[in-house]
Amino acid sequence: MSQNYDRRKFLAELLKFPPATIVLGVIGPVRLLAAAGTDEYEPTEHYYAMGIRVEECIGCGKCVKACKLENDVPDEPYYFRTWVERYIVYTDGEVQVDSPEGGIHGFPPVADESFPPVAAGKEILRTFFVPKLCNHCDNPPCVQVCPVGATFKSQDGVVLVDEDYCIGCRYCIQACPYGARFLDPRTKTANKCTFCYHRITKGLLPACVEVCPTQARVFGEIGDRSTPLNRMMRMSHLEVLKPHMNTEPKVYYTALDGEVR
Amino acid sequence: MDPEHLAQLEAALGQVTGFIYPNEVELHWSILIVIYPYLTGLVAGAFILASLEKVFKVKALQPTYRLALLTALAFLIVAPMPLQAHLGHPERAFEIFLTPNSASAMAMFGFVYAWYLMVVLLMEIWFDYRADLVRWRQNDKGVMKLVRWLISLGSRDVSPAAVAFDKKAVQFITIVGIPSAFLLHGYVGFIFGSVKANPWWSSVLMPIVFLFSAIVSGISMVLLIYYVTTLLRRKELDMSCLDALASFLFYALIIDLSLEALDFIHRLYESEESIEILEQLIFGKLFLSLTIVQILLGTIVPIVFLAAARFSELPNEMKRMIYFVAAVLVQVGIFSTRWNVVIGGQLFSKSLRGLTAYKLEFGGQEGLLVAIGLLILPFLILALLLKILPPWEDAKTDSSELSEAMTEAEPSEASSLS
Repeated sequence: MSQNYDRRKFLAELLKFPPATIVLGVIGPVRLLAAAGTDEYEPTEHYYAMGIRVEECIGCGKCVKACKLENDVPDEPYYFRTWVERYIVYTDGEVQVDSPEGGIHGFPPVADESFPPVAAGKEILRTFFVPKLCNHCDNPPCVQVCPVGATFKSQDGVVLVDEDYCIGCRYCIQACPYGARFLDPRTKTANKCTFCYHRITKGLLPACVEVCPTQARVFGEIGDRSTPLNRMMRMSHLEVLKPHMNTEPKVYYTALDGEVR
Repeated sequence: MDPEHLAQLEAALGQVTGFIYPNEVELHWSILIVIYPYLTGLVAGAFILASLEKVFKVKALQPTYRLALLTALAFLIVAPMPLQAHLGHPERAFEIFLTPNSASAMAMFGFVYAWYLMVVLLMEIWFDYRADLVRWRQNDKGVMKLVRWLISLGSRDVSPAAVAFDKKAVQFITIVGIPSAFLLHGYVGFIFGSVKANPWWSSVLMPIVFLFSAIVSGISMVLLIYYVTTLLRRKELDMSCLDALASFLFYALIIDLSLEALDFIHRLYESEESIEILEQLIFGKLFLSLTIVQILLGTIVPIVFLAAARFSELPNEMKRMIYFVAAVLVQVGIFSTRWNVVIGGQLFSKSLRGLTAYKLEFGGQEGLLVAIGLLILPFLILALLLKILPPWEDAKTDSSELSEAMTEAEPSEASSLS
C-alpha cells in the first residue's frame, strides 16, 4: 500500500460513493422508464381490421374453438363471437346454408350420397365456407343505439362492450345486422368479438387468426404499415357484408359470393 | 347457467327452419316488451280521448273525461315496469338518466316518460281535481282526509278566480299534452321503426301506425272501463257518450286499418330482399295472430260491428252490447298488434334465410305469470285512483255552489256541505 494514500484521503474518496450511487440510481430507472414509454400501447397509433379470404377457408372450425377457449365464451351452441357458415348452391339455384354448432366441429361431408339433398338427386354447383364475426363497423348501429354508452368504438377502431356498465337491454343485439352479438348468460350483459383486444394490444394476433391453418384470416392494421392485411387489401377485390346497411364494416372479404348475407 | 333457460334454447333450436345465425336462437325481447308498447299505447290513447273533450269541446264525452285521465295515469305508472323487469341489470337502469347516450333513441325514454308523467298528466289531473279535492276534504275522515290533503298539496283556495285559473291551466296543459301524447307513443314506434337491421320494423310509418293504434286502444279501453264501472255503480250509461266513443273508435279504426294496409301494400310492391322471408312469416308463424286476430277479429269485425250499431236504428241495449263486444275485440286485436311487431320482428333471421320460434315461459322473470300480473296491476291502481279521485259526474262540485259552501263552512270547518 502506498504511503501517500492515508486514511484522510481514503475517507474523502469514500464520501463520493453515496452521491454517485444516488445519481446512478436515478438515471437507471429514468432511462428504463423512458424506454418503457416508447413501448407503451398507444391506441391512436393503431387502426385494426381483418381480412377473410373465403377461397382459403376449409371449414375446420379451429377458429371457433380457439375463440371460445381464448375468450371464455360459453360452451353452449347459442353463444358465438365467431362462427363459420357453409353455403351449398345447387344447380337449380337453390341455396342451402348451415352452421352446425357454429361450425366448431367442422361440417358433415356433402360429396357422397349420404347427404340428403344429394341423395334426393340434387346436383351441387358450388360450395364454400364463410367465417363470420363482429365487423367492427366504422359506423356501428350497436354503438348508436346503446342507451348508456356501454358499447363504444375505441380509438384503434375496435367496437367494445363495457360489461360493468351494460344494463342488459339488448337493443344493440337487435340493431346488429350481422347477428354478431349475444347476451352472456352469466353476466347478463352484451358480448361480442373484441378482435382479442387483450392480445392485439400486446402485439399478438387474435386467437382465430393464430390457429387458422390456411391463413384464411388475415389480421392487421389499415394504413401505411407493411402488414399482410395491407398486402391483401392492395392485391384483392374486397367486399364487405351488407354494404347497403352503410355500417362500413372493417372485416373485408375476398371472393365473397353474392349469396352471402 | 340456468338449466331451464338452456332447455328452452334447445327446444327453440329444434324448431328452427332454414338457416339462422347461431346467436339468433335466443329471442331477446320477450312478452314483457310486448306489454310495454301495449301499455303506453293505452296511455297515449286515453289522454288523446280526454283532450277531445277539453280542446275540441266534444261535450258528449264529458262523462269519460276524468275517467280517461285516471286510466292514462294508471297505465303510465305500470308502463316502465316490464322494461325494468326485462333488463339484464335492473339495478343499473338509472344510468339511462345519469349518462344517457344522446345518439340512442332508447336513452330518451326517461325524459319522454318523465315529461309526460310530471308535466302533462299529473299537472292536468291536479288542476282539474284541485277544487273538488278541497271540497271533499271537508267531509273526509282519517286516512282519506290526509291523502286528499297531500294530493291537493294543502291547497285551500276555491275562490272563483282560483277555479277560473284551474280551468285555464287545464286548457293549456291539454294543448301541450296532445303533442306530448303523440311524442310518447310515436317515440315507442320510433324505437322499433329506426332499427335498420330489421326489415319488419324498419319503416318510417312505424311511429304513425303506433300512434293510431294507440288512439284506437285508448278509446276502446276507456269505453270498456266506463261501461263496466257504470254498471258496477248501478248507474245509467250515458248513451250519447257511448255513441260518441263508438264514432271516434270507428274513425280511428278506419285510419289505423288504412295505414296498416298502406304499409302492407308498400312492402309488397317494393318487394325488397326481405319480402320472401316476411311472406313466410306472415303466412306461417304469424298467420293466426296477424291475419286472423289482428286484422280480421281486431280490426275488420269491430269496424263492421261499430258501423252497423252506430248508424242504424237498433235499440240502445242492443247497441251497447255491440259496442262492448267491439271494444273487447279491439283490445285483443291491439295486443296482437304489439305481439306481431315485437315477437314477429324476431322470428326471422337477419340472414333472411330462416325462421326461429318463441316459446312463452310460464313462470320466471319473463314468463306468463309476470305478464298477467303486469296487465292486472293497472286496473288495481285505477281502482285505487277511482276511490281517491272519483271521476263521476255526481261526485263533482259546481264551482258557484262550492264557493257558497265554503263561505258558509268557513266558521266551522267540520260543518257538513250537503
